Amino acid sequence: MAAAQELVKTGGRPGVRTVLSDVVVRFAGDSGDGMQLTGLQFTDATAVHGNDLSTFPDFPAEIRAPAGTLFGVSAFQINFGTGEITTPGDALDVLVAMNPAALRTNLADLGSGGLLIVDTGAFGAKNLRKAGYDRNPLENGELSEHRRIEVDITRHVQEAVAEFGLTHKQAVRCKNMWVLGLLMWLYGRDREPTVDGLSTKFAHLPAIRNANIAALNAGHAFGETAELPGETGPYEVPPRRDTKPGLYRNVNGTEAMGFGLLAASRLSELPITFASYPITPASNLLHALAARKEFGVTTFQAEDEMAAVCAAIGASWAGGLGVTSSSGPGIALKTEAITYAATVELPLIVINTQRAGPSTGMPTKAEQSDLYQAVFGRAADVPLPVLAAASPAECFDVAVEAARIATRYMTPVIVLSDAYLANASEPWRIPDVSGYEPFPPSFRTDPEGFHPYLRDPDTLARPWVRPGTPGLEHRVGGIEKGYDTGDISYDPDNHQRMTDVRTARIDGIAESIPDQGLEAGEAGAPLAVVGWGSTWGAIHQAVRRVRAEGLDVAHVHVRHLWPLPRNLGALLRSFGSVLVPEMNKGQLLRLLRSEYLIDADGLSKVAGRPFRVNELEAEIRGRAEARS
Amino acid sequence: MSASVSAPVRTPAAAPASASTPASTGSVPAPTAKDFASDQEVRWCPGCGDYAILKTIQQLMPELGVPRERVVFISGIGCAARFPYYMDTYGMHTIHGRAPAFATGVKLANPELDVWLVTGDGDGLSIGGNHLLHLLRRNVDVKVLLFNNEAYGLTKGQYSPTSREGTRTPSTPEGSVDHPVSPLAFALGAGARFIGRGIDTVRPRLAGVVRRAHAHRGASFIEIFQNCPVYNDGAFAGFTARDRAAAAQIEVRDGEPLRFGRNGEMGLRLDPRRLRLEVVEPGRDGVADEEVCVHDETNRVLAQLLIAMEPPDFPVATGVIHCAPAPEYVEAVAAQRERVRAERGGAGDLDALLRSGHTWRV
Repeated sequence: MAAAQELVKTGGRPGVRTVLSDVVVRFAGDSGDGMQLTGLQFTDATAVHGNDLSTFPDFPAEIRAPAGTLFGVSAFQINFGTGEITTPGDALDVLVAMNPAALRTNLADLGSGGLLIVDTGAFGAKNLRKAGYDRNPLENGELSEHRRIEVDITRHVQEAVAEFGLTHKQAVRCKNMWVLGLLMWLYGRDREPTVDGLSTKFAHLPAIRNANIAALNAGHAFGETAELPGETGPYEVPPRRDTKPGLYRNVNGTEAMGFGLLAASRLSELPITFASYPITPASNLLHALAARKEFGVTTFQAEDEMAAVCAAIGASWAGGLGVTSSSGPGIALKTEAITYAATVELPLIVINTQRAGPSTGMPTKAEQSDLYQAVFGRAADVPLPVLAAASPAECFDVAVEAARIATRYMTPVIVLSDAYLANASEPWRIPDVSGYEPFPPSFRTDPEGFHPYLRDPDTLARPWVRPGTPGLEHRVGGIEKGYDTGDISYDPDNHQRMTDVRTARIDGIAESIPDQGLEAGEAGAPLAVVGWGSTWGAIHQAVRRVRAEGLDVAHVHVRHLWPLPRNLGALLRSFGSVLVPEMNKGQLLRLLRSEYLIDADGLSKVAGRPFRVNELEAEIRGRAEARS
Repeated sequence: MSASVSAPVRTPAAAPASASTPASTGSVPAPTAKDFASDQEVRWCPGCGDYAILKTIQQLMPELGVPRERVVFISGIGCAARFPYYMDTYGMHTIHGRAPAFATGVKLANPELDVWLVTGDGDGLSIGGNHLLHLLRRNVDVKVLLFNNEAYGLTKGQYSPTSREGTRTPSTPEGSVDHPVSPLAFALGAGARFIGRGIDTVRPRLAGVVRRAHAHRGASFIEIFQNCPVYNDGAFAGFTARDRAAAAQIEVRDGEPLRFGRNGEMGLRLDPRRLRLEVVEPGRDGVADEEVCVHDETNRVLAQLLIAMEPPDFPVATGVIHCAPAPEYVEAVAAQRERVRAERGGAGDLDALLRSGHTWRV
């Protein structure tokens, strides 16, 4: 907790609030305790308050794990502050632990002196045993380094909702709203939007609605009236002042990707056929688009991953924009079809929401270990463009960019997201889509001199023909095509020529992408940190901190991973040294070393969790100081 | 067809209803079979049954009345899968087994296209069995022609999922030990609403089944017995040889008695106690003409009995064995989309969507 402590009168409200610059809160409980909903509600209220923020839900792969177990703990973390926030935060300032299992699995992340809020009502013998506690940690002094609010939340909630005639189970399920009320008091949040939200959500269940609102208010009242130990609040985290003006909303990577695809559809004037097979953590994108039929998007839940990608390719061949989405294991199954789309040269967007592998691995946890698969994962020698989003909100622009490249160059485009980006949310300045350059493709209709593998001299792309166009009947297929006719050809020289032109076409995309810029620092710095994808937030903060200490460190974040930006090699060679932190064993590292013959170092983390700012900062500081 | 079923028979949307002047616009002469033949050299082995099927389809095309530019042939991998290259229509030669998925995507994006799928026993029932199952189950408006030669041709003669037990091939030198799948039983089990059967060289009959498949809205599935002269020559000779055909085949026609033989002297009768068909000779042994079953192509149970018939005890059933139309998938998808649009006040407004939910101004 970066505490610039001063006592201030809160506007119109009695009492004093300690001013803080940024705070990290984690709600942790059983997967049935409603921690995700609580976190999202708190996030909305925090956004309305004007703080910058970043959130990270961390939930088990099991849908409803047995109650009280360690593996059934579900958590939601939010980092909010007065300054720029780009990660969900490192050490926790506040941990809400709804049961012993939540305490045990999350306590190590609570910073020294952090505030612990526990429901003592859930610390019975059975729950303690399930969490592996021989003795009650609330009683044996092992939590003494933390400030604590120990309340029998279960009992308080039962009293607060007694008048609504709920069953015991229904009543106890309102515990999360009680906790939310307490946190809202702690940080001076307005309850009204939450009350409105509950009223809408439970409009047809008045008793449930009233009970949830009563629990929310009771938690808030508890904070106001209980004699809490000193230095446990309330606090004020002033709104961020340097926010770019505009209209904002919260968005996670999945929502942003879905919006981006809808925008791509509008800008390309092509209806989207989104074909996918359920897989964690990618399925939510299918759900998001299935709910948007009014945009002309057709969603197709295929019988398997191969069918999904093949249907998407079929849709593109028929004159639409085919999109498929999966996670690493599913992309592996799609590989043959992606290679086919590469040789018949059709637009296709392939979205990989990466997860911790191999195989089933840890399906709800994040990793960046499919970069090799994206860049190299083809049967035979045919490159494809690869893009990666650096933040949840950036998924929007990446989706648009993927569609632009796919349609302009007649090629599949692979988009890399990950489980963290898909689920993490941040405020998003809502873009004005009318300000984006439209890119409607020009379908060929002229039969004169036509063959399907004629090439545009600029892009080397072949013509896109909508079946149904008279006079342009033609066949495409996986067999090698004659360069000059498009007919089947087994001619050796022709195969060399076709392989070369397929490569040249993709290499040429580099001409239409921006030069690699710097997030921080300048070319020639003694040390550059080079990242890609979701590590942006952590690298950004870590570099900012060491630069604030006067260390000359640059941050380069690569979004176009293939082809790489034209100036990237020269830029990387200008630095004294290059550090590449990745949530894999060094995939971009090897790519950069092999492409540019530079002496880069890697920093690998494959724990299923994003980098912490502190660990990056320590690594960067150590290297920067050694260089200076 | 049974009077109780109102089959939504398709008429080509962009063509005049009359079949005699299909697709003719202005001074353009009506297309002929030649117009549907591409300029590509046909690369099948001499004597391959595929030639006869190709010829049948090319000759049928002008009659079906769909403008050439709206016709699409999609295939997977294998000898049969080369078919689209030889049709001067739109075509996709795709990857092994996945043609049904490509075809579904094509129809979803462009429902106006007249989509045909050409597959083989390996492509359609081994590597692509799952996709074929789902195309049929969803009832996507695609005509599936499965060339069954009970062998893998293009990979040099291995046994296939329709090869009979004991088939000796390079991969089964001691004879295969696994049981074959019946393409039509598979299709019916998958929920196909149209199944038919033809023989490569019996072209008018094959054309008749294909014509009916084309008129059917929804997935239609035709098994075509196709002789592979190189790897499995004569696999079907037991019932296709000229001297045996009459006694070993029965061509079923909706509403007509199930009779066969050179002069129709044989018939099929239901043994109700054992729920199975039996071969009878009406007029002999006290069997009356009325005891011969009448074909009802809407009757799924009868279809199951007919496709289970195998020589030498039974004739092989050909013709339209089952036709019972049901709502088509792509139409249902489109209808749902239009309903959502109507409910939500028309086409989606992206700017409004982005600004929906919790927003705040800085």
